[in-house]
Amino acid sequence: MNDEYAGDSSQWAFGTGFEDPLAGVDTTVPQGVDPAELAAYCLMLGDDALIMSQRLSEWCSRAPDLEEDIALANMALDLLGQARLLLARAAAADPGVVPALPEGSPVPAEDALAFFRDAEQFRNVRLAEVENGDFAHVVVRLLLFSVARLALLERLRTSPDQVLAAVAAKGVKEITYHRDWAGRWFLTLAQGTEESRRRLETALEALWPYQAELLAPHTGFGVDPATLRGEVDVVLDQVFAVSGVERPGDAPPSDAGREPIGGTGRELPGGTGRDGAHTAALAPLLAEMQVVARAHPSGRW
Amino acid sequence: MTTTPVEPEALEAAFEATIARHDRIEPRDWMPDAYRRTLVRQMAQHAHSEIIGMQPEGAWIGRAPSLRRKAILLAKVQDEAGHGLYLYSACETLGVSRAELTELLLTGRQKYSSIFNYPTLSYADVGTIGWLVDGAAICNQVPLCRTSYGPYGRAMIRICKEESFHQRQGYELLMTMMRGTDAQREMVQESVNRFWWPSLMMFGPPDADSPNSARSMAWGVKRNSNDELRQKFVDMTVPQAEALGVTLPDPELRWNEERGHHDFGEPDWEELAAVIRGDGPCNAQRMAHRRAAHEDGAWVREAASAFAERAGAR
Repeated sequence: MNDEYAGDSSQWAFGTGFEDPLAGVDTTVPQGVDPAELAAYCLMLGDDALIMSQRLSEWCSRAPDLEEDIALANMALDLLGQARLLLARAAAADPGVVPALPEGSPVPAEDALAFFRDAEQFRNVRLAEVENGDFAHVVVRLLLFSVARLALLERLRTSPDQVLAAVAAKGVKEITYHRDWAGRWFLTLAQGTEESRRRLETALEALWPYQAELLAPHTGFGVDPATLRGEVDVVLDQVFAVSGVERPGDAPPSDAGREPIGGTGRELPGGTGRDGAHTAALAPLLAEMQVVARAHPSGRW
Repeated sequence: MTTTPVEPEALEAAFEATIARHDRIEPRDWMPDAYRRTLVRQMAQHAHSEIIGMQPEGAWIGRAPSLRRKAILLAKVQDEAGHGLYLYSACETLGVSRAELTELLLTGRQKYSSIFNYPTLSYADVGTIGWLVDGAAICNQVPLCRTSYGPYGRAMIRICKEESFHQRQGYELLMTMMRGTDAQREMVQESVNRFWWPSLMMFGPPDADSPNSARSMAWGVKRNSNDELRQKFVDMTVPQAEALGVTLPDPELRWNEERGHHDFGEPDWEELAAVIRGDGPCNAQRMAHRRAAHEDGAWVREAASAFAERAGAR
């Protein structure tokens, strides 16, 4: 909140000053790091968090119980916070990635990136964007996503880029909880009732083909997600073993590279979310997310 | 355990004495059945309002026009779930379970605040709900921090702190939009026009037509009358509207020097009665959303219970 409205912090339960995760962090791009590569890397991780957060927030007021409603909103908020820092970092490293807005527009860079890019400019994995299903679907999606993201952020804590290192340090604490939440529910649903197990297996079958994309090789700046495969497999295999669920086979997604995007019916030659080749689910997600911002490109919010 | 029999008259006298001292009644204290019923009705209605109240604003989380606003709105709606949780827990101290209360809501036997049966049509509504709706709720709720039932009063202290944060975020959103484009200023005024009268109705019918008020006041469950609180809200809001630069849609609204309060027009009580009856613009939609979430989640709750039972048996 602006100071003008924050008032006397003593009257608020938790004060009004929130910790700035970048306080005291050196924000210059380190020597030897290509700013465009750094920006591309931050955009990729920022888009994953943003799109995943958007899907999780759709659960708000729809969860099976109040406790899970609160938990899902919490995870959506964590990822939204990560997305904001990462998109802002991408823009600071390479202003060329930020879409142009009308002259004098007060829209900050993080919002220009979130609200004024089209589907093919997003670099998120397709796992984050596919439409929500039942509760088993969100559990499986979060498990696959957070196991890989936690392994990545743990390594990024020692990134030469101080900003990315700080974002990763904050994110590790958050994603540890997400992975734990998803793992506990995975086990609960696997060993709950026949119906919960059937739904869990259906969700796993539907989402597993998107798992490999989380670990697709990335060249240039940053930790290469492909190098995380070993540790990701160890964690997932442990969850599968404890839950008594068989690890699915590794087949490519049935729609890989054949999915029309943006509702244009245009077929894309191979490629993944990282190349801007998305499923049909991303364009409607963005249409909703961006509708108010785009109607007011010079608006103040 | 041996218990000493106590005369009902002595129990009642002790209860009345606690009320007279403005002290708290606690869950294990003796209380008249009617007091317990009144509390359950009021607290459950409050809890249900928090849960149904997630919907009108929740509808805009996906469309929030900046990432900062998205985070604020999501956190706010999450707080409402939290408030519902504290209040259902406080109700449980009176011997009613959350599952029973949910059933009473879903079958229409318990109500929630009529304000949530109005639609949210623009992003400005997120600001207006914070400013006017949460503002009215705070006027209603601050006196409840001193309510005679301990668990309710303590839950209200925390809720009121969060609600006043919500009100300020709403006002800050509207203030920011008023500094934006003409289209944004029009959006704010249009939203205030729609929410002003329903906000005044949040204090309930006029005192003369409020059947439950007198007894609730005598028991210290309620501390101020509907009309007193409505006046307080109007007096508080008029200068805020001026600072914001919006007009409140009431031609009769003016300062009355003699009374030291603002005079204002009469809300449309027929409309309030219709909304309470179930004929408001969104009653059916709100209930259908809640029912669907509850039914869609049934298999998850069953799975969690089955898992917990099996884990307990091991």
